Amino acid sequence: MGYPHKSHPRETPILSKHFGDADARTLSGWRQRGGYRALEQALGTQPADIVNVVKESGLRGRGGAGFPTGMKWSFMKPGDGKPHYLCCNADESEPGTFKDREIMRWTPHALVEGCAIGAHAIGAETAYIYIRGEFTEPIRVMEQAVREAYAEGILGRNAMGTGKRVDVHVHRGAGAYICGEETALMNSLEGRRGNPRIKPPFPAVAGLFGQPTTINNVETLAAVPHILTNGAAWYKAMSLSSPKSTGSKLFSVCGNIRKPGNYEITMGFPFKEFLYDLCGGPLPGRKFKAIIPGGSSVPIQTLEEAEATLMDYEGFVAQGTMLGSGGVIVFDDSQCMVKQIARLARFYAHESCAQCTQCREGTAWTTRILERIEHGEGTMEDLDTLLEIGDNMTGKTICVLSDSCATPVASGIKKWRHEFEAHIKQKRCPMRTAVAA
Amino acid sequence: MSAREEGGLHAPAHASHSSAGHGHPAEHTPIFVGENRKKLDELLTRYPSKMAALLPALWIAQDAQGWVSEGAMAEIAGLLDLTPAYVKGVVTFYTMYHQHPVGRHFIQVCTTSPCGVCGAEDVARAFLKHTGCGELGVTSPDGKYTVIEVECLGACGFATPIMINDDFIESVTPERVPEILGTLK
Amino acid sequence: MTAPATTAPATKMVTLTIEGRQVSVPEGTSILEAAKHAGILVPHYCYHPGLPVAGVCRMCLVEVEKAPKLAPSCATAVGEGQVVHVYSEKALEARKGVLELLLINHPLDCPICDQAGECELQDYTYMEGRPDSRLRDPKRFNPVEDFGGDVMYVTNRCILCTRCVRFMDTMAQDAVLNVSERGDRAVIGKFEGHDLTHPWAGNVIDLCPVGALLSKDSLNKVRAWEVDRTASICPNCTQGCNMIVETRDNVVVRLRPRANEAVNRFFMCDYGRLNYRWLNRPDRVEQPLVRRGDALAIADWETALDAAAAVLKGAKVRVLASPVLSNETLGLLARLFRKSGGSGVFRVAKGEVAPLPGVPGLARREDLAANVRGAELLGFTRSDTPVWNLGADDVLVVADEELAGLDVSTLGRPKAIVVIGTTLPAWARGAAVVLPIGSFAEEEGTFTNVDGRVQRFMQAKAAPGNARPSFAVLSDLLARLGESTNFFLASEAFAALAAAEAPFSGMSYDTLGLKGAVVAGGAR
Repeated sequence: MGYPHKSHPRETPILSKHFGDADARTLSGWRQRGGYRALEQALGTQPADIVNVVKESGLRGRGGAGFPTGMKWSFMKPGDGKPHYLCCNADESEPGTFKDREIMRWTPHALVEGCAIGAHAIGAETAYIYIRGEFTEPIRVMEQAVREAYAEGILGRNAMGTGKRVDVHVHRGAGAYICGEETALMNSLEGRRGNPRIKPPFPAVAGLFGQPTTINNVETLAAVPHILTNGAAWYKAMSLSSPKSTGSKLFSVCGNIRKPGNYEITMGFPFKEFLYDLCGGPLPGRKFKAIIPGGSSVPIQTLEEAEATLMDYEGFVAQGTMLGSGGVIVFDDSQCMVKQIARLARFYAHESCAQCTQCREGTAWTTRILERIEHGEGTMEDLDTLLEIGDNMTGKTICVLSDSCATPVASGIKKWRHEFEAHIKQKRCPMRTAVAA
Repeated sequence: MSAREEGGLHAPAHASHSSAGHGHPAEHTPIFVGENRKKLDELLTRYPSKMAALLPALWIAQDAQGWVSEGAMAEIAGLLDLTPAYVKGVVTFYTMYHQHPVGRHFIQVCTTSPCGVCGAEDVARAFLKHTGCGELGVTSPDGKYTVIEVECLGACGFATPIMINDDFIESVTPERVPEILGTLK
Repeated sequence: MTAPATTAPATKMVTLTIEGRQVSVPEGTSILEAAKHAGILVPHYCYHPGLPVAGVCRMCLVEVEKAPKLAPSCATAVGEGQVVHVYSEKALEARKGVLELLLINHPLDCPICDQAGECELQDYTYMEGRPDSRLRDPKRFNPVEDFGGDVMYVTNRCILCTRCVRFMDTMAQDAVLNVSERGDRAVIGKFEGHDLTHPWAGNVIDLCPVGALLSKDSLNKVRAWEVDRTASICPNCTQGCNMIVETRDNVVVRLRPRANEAVNRFFMCDYGRLNYRWLNRPDRVEQPLVRRGDALAIADWETALDAAAAVLKGAKVRVLASPVLSNETLGLLARLFRKSGGSGVFRVAKGEVAPLPGVPGLARREDLAANVRGAELLGFTRSDTPVWNLGADDVLVVADEELAGLDVSTLGRPKAIVVIGTTLPAWARGAAVVLPIGSFAEEEGTFTNVDGRVQRFMQAKAAPGNARPSFAVLSDLLARLGESTNFFLASEAFAALAAAEAPFSGMSYDTLGLKGAVVAGGAR
């Protein structure tokens, strides 16, 4: 299956195998498809052994940073006498990314199962699934799945009859991109403003409610049952390129492209073939111009860079960008890069939590300057100012929202400087005139 | 409306007749009685702190009132051992809590870049035209609609996604707008 | 109250190098505090030693060798062998960037801002900021807001350091302030109907590093560079908060807290802070007065002191003294009544106790006078309605006590009344002698606070007319009665007190310094 279109033969549908299959949403349907066997097995396994399997598999965080999941879990010390927590980061808000949404909509029990396994592995009795407030349907579906799992004794005081306690709760966000940052998510869950926290202390030491906490992305946790069922070697073998990037990965594709949607491929897939074969290439009569491959926070690629990329953590870095959250945003030759970059900056200005000076003021100022340039009121000095503000916004704040705003601006000015200069020299947007004419 | 609300980059959603709806705590009818109280009590069992039930409690209040009034903030503050100012600080952080009454159908159009390049701004304009709202954030004279632009709804592959209250509609084009509005009461 | 660091159990020390200076500090100390030890001030806004660390202004960024990024020195603990550069090009550039961003929307209205001259935004911009502005866009504008209590919020000047929010939350534990909205729309907010009326709320004004939170009481009254500042002790209750008296042209214009970890940390209450107008009373007695028939006549000091000594000689002395008088003065008064077999009494106004919950042991105390403990230690007894039945053998000495609500005739019919005071209430017209003294702000001395801490205050302004320091007046008077009390300085009066009175034994102005010391026996 696939959604919104059938899986392409070159995809590796593991997480997305049941997308579009309404029957897979129910507990009975999920069980028929092999669900909850991994959890049953896990609850009878020592947490350390589960952590080792996940370590062996090479699974890395699918939320953006790509931190090895098994290693993250190993920071938790079950039996230290403190309550531990697992947070599932389902605050999918990175522009261009909509994969977790589909996992939750179509295979909610995969996530419940992944959360329960993860909780057991880190010595937690409670897992919270923090879902962004706008995801009303995924929230309904997840809540239903959790209710079913409680009713069937999969969750609760005596999970699957093992005497182990596993609680999973769905927690709804309320509209804040920054809550996808793990410490902001914890603050939000605690009933605070979603302000990122200073690290250290790291969540594994003092996280949610001040207790040792692990935060994992939806896609990461949903992959865990498959790894336990099929073994670390199976997962590790899924790689077409770097041994440091293993498994299947969901990429969300959007923007100016023929077949937007989610695609699950094996790590290391050639980006060029992905864009043209799987996603159908550009819209009729158009050419690709720029591609943001990992959600709006990563550097923008030119088409040449994108076409030379292998789709894994290392492959994107080799082409000057990052895999990030796997949200591929495609701009074609009808788009004005100044306008698009200004729009991205505006997004970050809107979402800045307001704590750090560089971010609060920098994102807003950057937006004002970019919008001024777009309207034909910019100066050449503005470009230098933008780059300098960007420097001030990079690597100096509590979290990386500030950096994320500066990144597309810097890569945009570097790679499409001629478009910026044309706006300044002609005192208007050249593209807008062209389209109007 | 204060100048503060006009400042900054995005004006928050507000009613065009805000004086009508700005409830004082004194006029507040308690929300957390009966079913709502039961819901809150159940929520409190999920967390080791009362404060953690704040976002869910605000959702209950918004579901009950259509927005989160200062009276609701004060009531929740009392229930969760917080101060009203603290609660207000949290409310104003999250864009989905309405600090003013909004139209019966609250329409959010995603216009962030991925949808923007697929014509989302035209969708927003179509809604403004067909609802009679005219302006973003302004409630239509009949109190039926409020239209706002919203940042990334996380459905970029289905441009343009919109939300009408809690309902998500994907792949909206300007042409579909009248039909969509026709389904609303 | 927390014990001073010197008596704490030995902690592990960490040695690091900051700007080439080696410094050893206890493990866990922040780089910013360690730099202070080394004599280097790292510019900062959100950090305040009396509040939890926020780490949000990002002004205190420093370069730590081998670290990948600049470190917020307020939120980074020292590490053994660290090499820290406060003034490296990278660190200076980063702070310059912060200053530019803090100023883009700032109204730059220093000429009409109360904070000018004591503004950290001015200071650091002058030290490390850009000389120009690159902003070509309109500035953000927000209206001024009355936060209630004594506090006004000038939103446009706010840099969102959140010191005020953290103070109200963690110290006052009355979270009436918040950060509202987010991004560049964020402001400090409050809830309608919930004002900054907490008894300690005024501290947010001092904590604000810029001109965003201002005192309504002192609004537009003085410029920071016009005032003289004097280290003093708040006279308004027995807590003994350390404070600074600010005067302009011999008028007290503002009281502000002075840091003392052992007493008030960095804070003082609104009652203490705003209760200063009595120090500027115009109705002062400025000349010594001596009875001539039915009336009091102005006399010179020699004549007045001789007259007072003549009245007191051989009589039993009953002293009614203000508990806002210094230990030195009360000690001399005690000598006066003890020597004659008399007695001493004080009255004290009472108020409601108002604690600052975040600082254990800190409160506006019930007794609204600074030196109640000192008076008690020196043998005075508390009595709101003293009943003495004074007769012809007694002389009543009233020391800076206006006897408000007390009819002097109820005390009996003493041989005479001697007034030593700052004012001349109606009943004092019947005195034999009136000796004018300075208020506590007009002389030097010590108070003993509720916990037995003896603390020095300095002279902040000149006494009017011929009024003299109270310890000097009493030492001259006692000298006339045969005592060896020719004290020229307050320190000499204190030395004599320390020699004679056991609780003060071993103390001197030098050992008290500006932080004080606790009397033998300490807190009750």
